[in-house]
Amino acid sequence: MRRAMFALLTALAVGLAVPGSAFAVRGDLVLGVVLEPPHLDPTAGAAAAIDEVVYANLFEGLTRIDRHGAVVPALAESWEVSDDGRRYRFKLRQGVVFHDGSSFEAGDVVFSFERAMADDSVNAQKGLFEAIESVTATGPYEVEVHLKRPSGGFTFDLGWGDAVIVAPESAQTNKSRPTGTGPFRFKHWAQGERIELERFDGYWGSAPALQKVTFKLIPDPAAAVVAMLAGDIDAFPNFPAPEALARLESDARFTVVIGTTEGETIVSINNARPPFDDRRVRRAIAHALDRQAIVLGAMFGYGTPIGSHFAPHHPAYVDLVARYGHDPDMARALLSEAGYAQGFKATLRLPPPSYARRGGEIVAAQLAEVGIELEIIPIEWAQWLEQVFRGKDYDLTIVSHTEPMDIGIYGRDGYYFNYESQAFRDLMEGLKLASDDEARYRLLGQAQRLLAEDAVNGFLFQLAKHGVWDAKLKGLWENSPIQANDLTDVYWEP
Amino acid sequence: MSDAWIELTARARGNRKLVIGGAITAAFLALALLSLVWTPYPATRMDIASRLSGFGAAHWLGTDHFGRDVLSMLIAGTRNSVAVAVVAVGIGLCLGVPLGALAAARRGWVDELMMRISDVTFAFPALLSAVMITALIGPGAVNSMIAIGIFNVPVFARLTRGAALRIWSLDFVLAARTAGRGGLAITWDHVLPNLAGLIIVQATIQFALAILAEAGLSYLGFGTQPPQPSWGRMLSDAQTLLFMAPRLAVLPGLAIAVTVLGLNLFGDGLRDLLDPKLGNAGDGP
Amino acid sequence: MALYLIKRLAAFLITLLASAIVVFLVLEVLPGDPASIMLGVNARADTLAALRAELGLDQPAWLRFIRWLGGLVSGDLGNSYTYGVPVAELIAGRATVSVPLALGGMLVSALIAIPLGVIAAAQRNRAADLGISVFAQLAIAVPNFWFAILLILLFSVMLGWLPAGGFAGWEAGIGPALGSLLMPVVALALPQAAILTRVTRSAVLDVLGEDYLLTARAKGLSRAAALWRHGLVNALIPVVTIMGLQFSFLLAGTVIIENVFYLPGLGRLLFQAIAQRDLIVVRDVVVLLAGAVVLVNFLVDLLYGVIDPRLRREAAYV
Repeated sequence: MRRAMFALLTALAVGLAVPGSAFAVRGDLVLGVVLEPPHLDPTAGAAAAIDEVVYANLFEGLTRIDRHGAVVPALAESWEVSDDGRRYRFKLRQGVVFHDGSSFEAGDVVFSFERAMADDSVNAQKGLFEAIESVTATGPYEVEVHLKRPSGGFTFDLGWGDAVIVAPESAQTNKSRPTGTGPFRFKHWAQGERIELERFDGYWGSAPALQKVTFKLIPDPAAAVVAMLAGDIDAFPNFPAPEALARLESDARFTVVIGTTEGETIVSINNARPPFDDRRVRRAIAHALDRQAIVLGAMFGYGTPIGSHFAPHHPAYVDLVARYGHDPDMARALLSEAGYAQGFKATLRLPPPSYARRGGEIVAAQLAEVGIELEIIPIEWAQWLEQVFRGKDYDLTIVSHTEPMDIGIYGRDGYYFNYESQAFRDLMEGLKLASDDEARYRLLGQAQRLLAEDAVNGFLFQLAKHGVWDAKLKGLWENSPIQANDLTDVYWEP
Repeated sequence: MSDAWIELTARARGNRKLVIGGAITAAFLALALLSLVWTPYPATRMDIASRLSGFGAAHWLGTDHFGRDVLSMLIAGTRNSVAVAVVAVGIGLCLGVPLGALAAARRGWVDELMMRISDVTFAFPALLSAVMITALIGPGAVNSMIAIGIFNVPVFARLTRGAALRIWSLDFVLAARTAGRGGLAITWDHVLPNLAGLIIVQATIQFALAILAEAGLSYLGFGTQPPQPSWGRMLSDAQTLLFMAPRLAVLPGLAIAVTVLGLNLFGDGLRDLLDPKLGNAGDGP
Repeated sequence: MALYLIKRLAAFLITLLASAIVVFLVLEVLPGDPASIMLGVNARADTLAALRAELGLDQPAWLRFIRWLGGLVSGDLGNSYTYGVPVAELIAGRATVSVPLALGGMLVSALIAIPLGVIAAAQRNRAADLGISVFAQLAIAVPNFWFAILLILLFSVMLGWLPAGGFAGWEAGIGPALGSLLMPVVALALPQAAILTRVTRSAVLDVLGEDYLLTARAKGLSRAAALWRHGLVNALIPVVTIMGLQFSFLLAGTVIIENVFYLPGLGRLLFQAIAQRDLIVVRDVVVLLAGAVVLVNFLVDLLYGVIDPRLRREAAYV
């Protein structure tokens, strides 16, 4: 008896003495992502995939967008705006170091901004900096920015991934060895496979709970499902296989969180090309579309139908879905009126995502019912950018515009929709000058109505954020106010 | 002629491979023709409300994720496979056989050049190059035909050349040559008729390979495009739905396998049948 | 003999060069501008021009071709447009998946085919032969990517024994890495095995009739021993030859299988590079694969010419 007790006590002692891996909280995370970033410098490329890895984790800007879409201070502790809205004075944080040990100070901000604004800059969002007249360091930790004209969203703009602060010592190599000021540092990139980050001990803020993060590249929906079920990955913030969500939800191991994104999924119409230059034809297309069927068939029910280019979760949203109900007869009548009683043929270019490929098949079937025969042309993003976006050589295409508050693109000169409307441009001008939320919301509402009236594009649905992760994981974003996987507040429940 | 014919048909009936393979191939071709006029449902009609339904009275083989009838899609897919395979093999035949015959007739640098060119073509794994070609000129059924067809040309060219060379070395052909008959005449009169059997057998085999290639291209997304039904694409669509509707992954593959099996058996049977004839290539002018 | 070797060598080099020219020409026609892919949707003309200059897209074609050839020979394959890392590194990394996969496929197909082929030949026209023949017919007819999907359905979805895709990585240990490769290798091996089975069978049959085997039997060796000691080696020659000639199909199979299982190998690298218009990577990988095929064919030619007649002469004295 005594021997048994002794054995038991020894076992207990040994068990407790072993570095309590059974009791310690997990510090590593494997996150699944669909698109591999071409490189890791957010200031040198527009791919959302870059921000999904580095934003808030590796790089920081003067400000940061948080999970609610609000602007919070980051490398700028605080700021003052002059009365005329044209002068910003930023008070920078002290004691901040880059991952390579160099210290952060005002010179780095000036360098980053000037680099982005330079003539030979490869920053994809040069437009963010367009309003800047000059940037000067007025002290080691103070920067003054002069704007050409007041810009209400300036601090929001500075929170974009393209506006993060980089150091002159490391800027050249950021593509392959990103060096920022964030709570994580870059460890390793196995091309086509995974990207590894580890906690940065010199971080100025509170240390994140996670010590090691691996972004695993899983481009295919089927592979994503399997990886999730097998436990190969802990989280998939933008799960690409909505067909599997129901099954994952019923499994107690996983949490499924459906949130919102800023992605308006639309059938873009080339407004300059006949017959699409005729508004009746565009309206016919709008009536031929059955948004509910598309959401059901392509997204397995996840997604909210929209009637114009605006996110339903935004306070300024106006519900225009009913403006063009699913009405094939009305569509045929409109086509007849426009002189296309026999219908016509056109092409539909589809980039890789399943909302486009699957949605596209359904759209083609729906339009076929009213006499519009579409030839489906699947293309890669490369060609989409070249042919559709730059070349504007297309009839129809399906794409999701994921930048926040991007209704302004309809007023942009030469934007690929080829939509020219002075009335719309006037609204956008007014928006820039609008002083309070009420005025802004009113103008935004008018803008949405105008787009719907002109049936500029076939507005389908707002892309949902399909978040799937281990039930014990907390702190991941529910919504995507910007494309990012902010891991600073993510932790494992013990 | 009739005796030989009787003997041939007797041997044919006794040849199991030929019979089974022939039956399957005939059924496949019949379905392809049928699909031109009728399928249970229009193969491209979507009925989202009844998507992913299983085996049942309304849809014998169920529906896919868009509510399309699987049986109709399989039947329509037959037509697609036949079309691509016929054109691809046709390209190989029409270009490859003359080239091979030419190389055998002319010899010399023409022959060398052709051998080198076909070496280079064989250096590129066929499916890979078909993928690249369709990636460049665009995906689709027609471009698949071209891409697969390109790789059939050296196959037929080599085959024709090899067999033709053997025939050219035969006594009576040399005699004809000395008598002054031209290369083209000799090719037409003596070489080609004796190659016919060999070419037909190879064509059957290439047909089967073309169907596999088309399925592979469509699976990868470079082949037949929606809304045209295609077995290969049905398989790739089904891969994400494996645990919801496994039958969607099993049925199209089965269709491909059975069709290719039938064609291979038929080709093998044909080869067995014609073999004795192929042995002595030509009994005279 | 020497003349033969030189001729084959010359043919090999010419074919290699021709392949390189074809690859370069075909890709020069490719539409698409790498700069706008990388910079994306809202990029401006000035930034695009800057990137184009950075990437050297303004040099004449022939100059780029010569530079590329030189690079290939010296081992400098340039830098990937999209990743910014040396292509040689990329290829080396991906090869750690593709090479084991392809070799495993060849090995497993040989392991399946040779025994089956021998049995079929030994049991000629009996039940076993018929059964093996049926198996071979079926295995050739089955598309390898469908077979792969069926394997996934059975072993991953239904039984949960093996991962349905992805590569665990060699760092995760031999076990998990091989586990990720098991189904891909089997799927790859099957159609090859079917073809090799037939080849082995007919090669063994050929050998069974040879004089030296009859001599061995006359000396008192059992049928099996005769087959094993004398027949097999000679029978293997055509088998190995066919394996070599099948190499290009094996490579094609590797590419498609890598896509079914999402393995980070050369096949997927090629696909991703095509999608991203990364011309440097596409050119290098295609020329590498073509070069491998040409090399293997050259080696097979050598094997045929060098070993075959000698062995035949030797065997006559057994």
